[in-house]
Parts: sequence; C-alpha cells; structure tokens
Amino acid sequence: MTTITIPADVSTGRNRGSLLAHSAYFTLQSIRALWRQPLYVAVMLVQPMVWLLLFGQLFKRIVELPGFGGVNYIDFLVPGVVAMNALFIGAWSGTGFIEMMDRGIMDRVLVTPVRRGAIIIGSLSYNMLSLLVQGIIVFVVGRLSGATYPGGLPGIATSLLAAMLLTAGFCSMSNALALLLRTNEALIGLSQFLTLPLMFLSTAIMAQEAAPEWIQTASSYNPVNWAVVAARESLTASPDWGTVWANLGGLAAVALVLGYLGTRAFGSYQRSL
Amino acid sequence: MESIQADRLVKAYGKVRALDELSFGVPTGTVFGLLGPNGAGKSTAVKILTTLSRPDGGNARVAGIDVRKNPDQVRAAIGCVTQKISVDPQATGRENLLLHGALYGMSRRQLRLRAGELMARFDLAEAADRQARTYSGGMQRKLDVAMGLIHRPRVLFLDEPTTGLDPEARAAMWTEIARLAAEEGLTILLTTHYLEEADKLAGALAIVDRGKVVTTGSPDELKSQLRGDAIVAELVDSQGIPQAEEALRRVHGAREITTAGRVLRARVDDGAAAVPAVLAALDAAGVKVGAITVARPSLDDVYLRHTGRTFEEVAA
Repeated sequence: MTTITIPADVSTGRNRGSLLAHSAYFTLQSIRALWRQPLYVAVMLVQPMVWLLLFGQLFKRIVELPGFGGVNYIDFLVPGVVAMNALFIGAWSGTGFIEMMDRGIMDRVLVTPVRRGAIIIGSLSYNMLSLLVQGIIVFVVGRLSGATYPGGLPGIATSLLAAMLLTAGFCSMSNALALLLRTNEALIGLSQFLTLPLMFLSTAIMAQEAAPEWIQTASSYNPVNWAVVAARESLTASPDWGTVWANLGGLAAVALVLGYLGTRAFGSYQRSL
Repeated sequence: MESIQADRLVKAYGKVRALDELSFGVPTGTVFGLLGPNGAGKSTAVKILTTLSRPDGGNARVAGIDVRKNPDQVRAAIGCVTQKISVDPQATGRENLLLHGALYGMSRRQLRLRAGELMARFDLAEAADRQARTYSGGMQRKLDVAMGLIHRPRVLFLDEPTTGLDPEARAAMWTEIARLAAEEGLTILLTTHYLEEADKLAGALAIVDRGKVVTTGSPDELKSQLRGDAIVAELVDSQGIPQAEEALRRVHGAREITTAGRVLRARVDDGAAAVPAVLAALDAAGVKVGAITVARPSLDDVYLRHTGRTFEEVAA
C-alpha cells in the first residue's frame, strides 16, 4: 500500500465531472448536521406555522380594507408567508459559511481539489430543500385553517418554485456577504437591515392597492414581491401564465447573477488570507 | 530531490510584510520544521504552499508542481492539517473521513478501506461512529491528521499540530508524527513555536523571524554551532548588573555575555566546572545572586543568537 493513487481527472486539475457529486456531498452533510440537532428541526418545522397562524389572526380583518377585493385573508396570506420563509432562510444561509470559516473547515475544503461552485451549490440546494419542506407545511396548515387553492397542484408547485428561486438568490447574496464580511455580527446586522424592508415593501401580507403609492412602485422592483405575485397568480382559478412566467424569469435571473457573484466572493475571501 | 521549494516568497498585509523573501527547501521523505514565534510568518508560508493564499512575490514548488500555475494539481498531492482543529463536530469520525476523501475523487471502496486503516492506526476505531463533538481534544486532533492523510498525499503540512493539546496528548501526537515520517515515506513540513517539538521531530529546520529564514540546519548542527553551555545568573536586584557584567568578563572562558533585566547570560565550555568560578567572581564584586542555572545548548539559545531575542521574550 505504498502507491499514491490520484484519479486522472484530479491530477490534471479538470474536475468538472465531480461538481455535482461534490455539491451533493455538501448538501448531505448539511442535512445530516441539521438532523442531528432535533431542536433546529423542530424550530424549522414550527416556524412557518407560527407565522401563518400569527399573521392570520393579527390581520384577520385587514381584508375589509379596499384593495383586497373581499378575499379570505388566509387565502391571501399563504403565498406571502411562503415567500417570507424563503427570504429569511436565504438571508441566514451565510451563517453556515461563517461557521465553516470559524471552525477552519472552509480553509480545509479550499485546499482540496474541490471546485468553489460545489460549495455554493451545496449550500443552495440544502436551503432550497429546507424551504420546500417549510413551504409544504405552510400550504398544509393553510388548508387546515380554511385556505383554498383554486389553482390546484400546478399552482402550489409553481408557488413553491417561485419561493425556491427567491431563496436561491438570497442564499447566494448571504453567502457572498459572509465571505466578504466574515463575522456573524456584520452578516446578521446587514441581513436584518435588508430583509424586513424587503418583506414590507412587498404584497406578502398587504394588498398592493391598500399600500401607499411609493410602496407600490418600490414593490414592483422587489424580487420578494415577484415571488408573491407569481405564487398568488398561479393559485387563482384561471392564472395569467404570462405574468407568472415573467416573474419567475426575473427571479431566475436574480438567482443566477447573485449565484455568480457568490462564487466570485471566494476570490475576495482567499485574497484576504 | 526536494519536495518543497520556497523561493524568495513575499506576502504583505497592508504595510506589514508577513513574508520578506522567505526561502527554504525540504528534501523528499524528510520532516522539516519551521520554527519561530507567533507572527514570524510560518502560517503565512504554509497558506501559500498549500495554495490557500497567493504570494505577492517569489515562487514555490510543492511535489514538483508550481503553486501559482497549477494550484489544483498541488491540492491533489498534499495533505493539510491547519492550526485550528477543523473537523465537522456533527458528523462522526468515519463520516468526516469519508466526506473529506470523497472531495479527492476517491472511489467508495478505496475510501472505506483507507478510512478503516487510518482509524485503526490513530486508535479511533472504537469511536469511529460517534459524533466528533464527543471526542477529546487529542482525539479530534488525531482525526484531523487522519483526514489530512486520507488520500495518501505525498507532502503533509502540519501547522502547529500540538498547540492547545495537554502534555499527554502532545506526546502521543509526537510519537504518531515520528511514525508517519518513518513508515509512509512522506515529506512533512511542520511549523511550531515549541522548541522541544522541533528538536524531537524535525530532521532539519529553519528558524523564521519577521518573515525571513535566519538560519537553517539540523537541530544538532544548529546547537553545535554554539559550542558550550549557557550559564544564567539571576541577581537579587538589577542594580548590581554593571559590576556583575564586569566581574563575569574576567572569568576565564566566559563569552557572549548578555544582560536582560536582572538576568545575566554567558556561554562557557563546561558549565558545571565554571559555576564555582562565576559565583566567586560575582561574590567578590559584591553582587548578590538569587539563582544560577547551567543548560546544554538549546534551540532557544540558537534563536537568541540569531535574532538577538529569547524565544520567551517574543512569545510573551
């Protein structure tokens, strides 16, 4: 056992074939870590219900305002809460990177032949899966609380897709900020600064027509709102698929651009070492 | 043949030159120590040689591969154990090894065999399926080193491998490193600020100070350059220092006399034989001596000689 075995694709430095395999390792590692901390799993599963039930009760009579068109508020709220979950999951994902950096795991991984993209994809797919689980819980709990989804399964699937794209974008942004800022305090501070306004500058919990005009304008540039609009439209009885696809396209574009910037941020991190 | 060649490496952080034309070479199959206080530039050198960081100037080859031009090839050929223990605490020992090996593209079967072999050799077989967070510091460090070896690297970097370990775990780690070097034919670069560690493990070493190599050689060579024992006298108060220094100069064979605070140092050919003469001379000068010690030349003395400071002074 004295021979050194280095697979050919590694020794040539061309390792593209394993990008997906490596991404899957990182995803599984994250899931395993989550699974071994039952408290986190519980919080993750309970949080979407709390938001749905809390906001559902708090703003129950809001539908009496003009602009809601007399809908049931829980119907209105379900896609909004899914998007909120997507936003917060994404915004927190960078803390995973910071933990890796603090533990020295990031540096250890960076001196293996692994591609940086695999670390990003691993983080994205883990967070998108978490969001998928949470989103399904929101839809189920919403149904039990009396929400109806005239769009049926295609509508629900489209809503979850929109939320996953939203999470992917914010996850990349949060990861990039983690690589640039390198402390949890700075990352969380900046994330809070961004997430709450983005949530309130959208139609997640409030109908557009019931909000002041400047917020209506701002929300049309807000990816959180794109996810909410795509979801709400796809859940109607006869969706305008043009609107849905336009919003999904916007979300995909944002996710791609932020994903690219996230990968680039590794360069900045390594230059700082 | 040399497995590591560092050629005038320069790295600056702002105005601080962490590496200032650092050069050294490590022959294949040997253990080489980079010895120096914290902040001397050892870790920066390791970061560059392991491709984590890029040099601002100079160049380096590891396992014959240029670290700037082909970092991916270097990464496949090296194992790296960083200063901080970097295992995933939520994963078991075995899972840590398997994931890390998978990143090198090892096949599942190959990987299972190698992981089993390494856990047996590092006495982790019983704990293999427990989460790493339940391990003691010494066990985590062993797992850490095992991860660095999973893909049978040609060159292993150990950055301060025993920092933070208790004396017992440190001794166990020393035995392990010595065995590795002997059995696996690895080239090992070890950084340390423990003189004893470099003395015990390294076949050759370079003393690093302020980003430069100040001297290089085997521990014995370096110590024998000093010729003679160190004699250290601690006075009761510092007022007597000038008279004491004067008195010491007249003692036959005393040389390289230095003072720091109320401590006097000198080098003599035979320490034990010189003590009475030194005490008599100091007594005659009316200087009160609190303690006197004689020491065989140590790497600390080598460090003092080449940098003008004692190791403890810098570490403090």
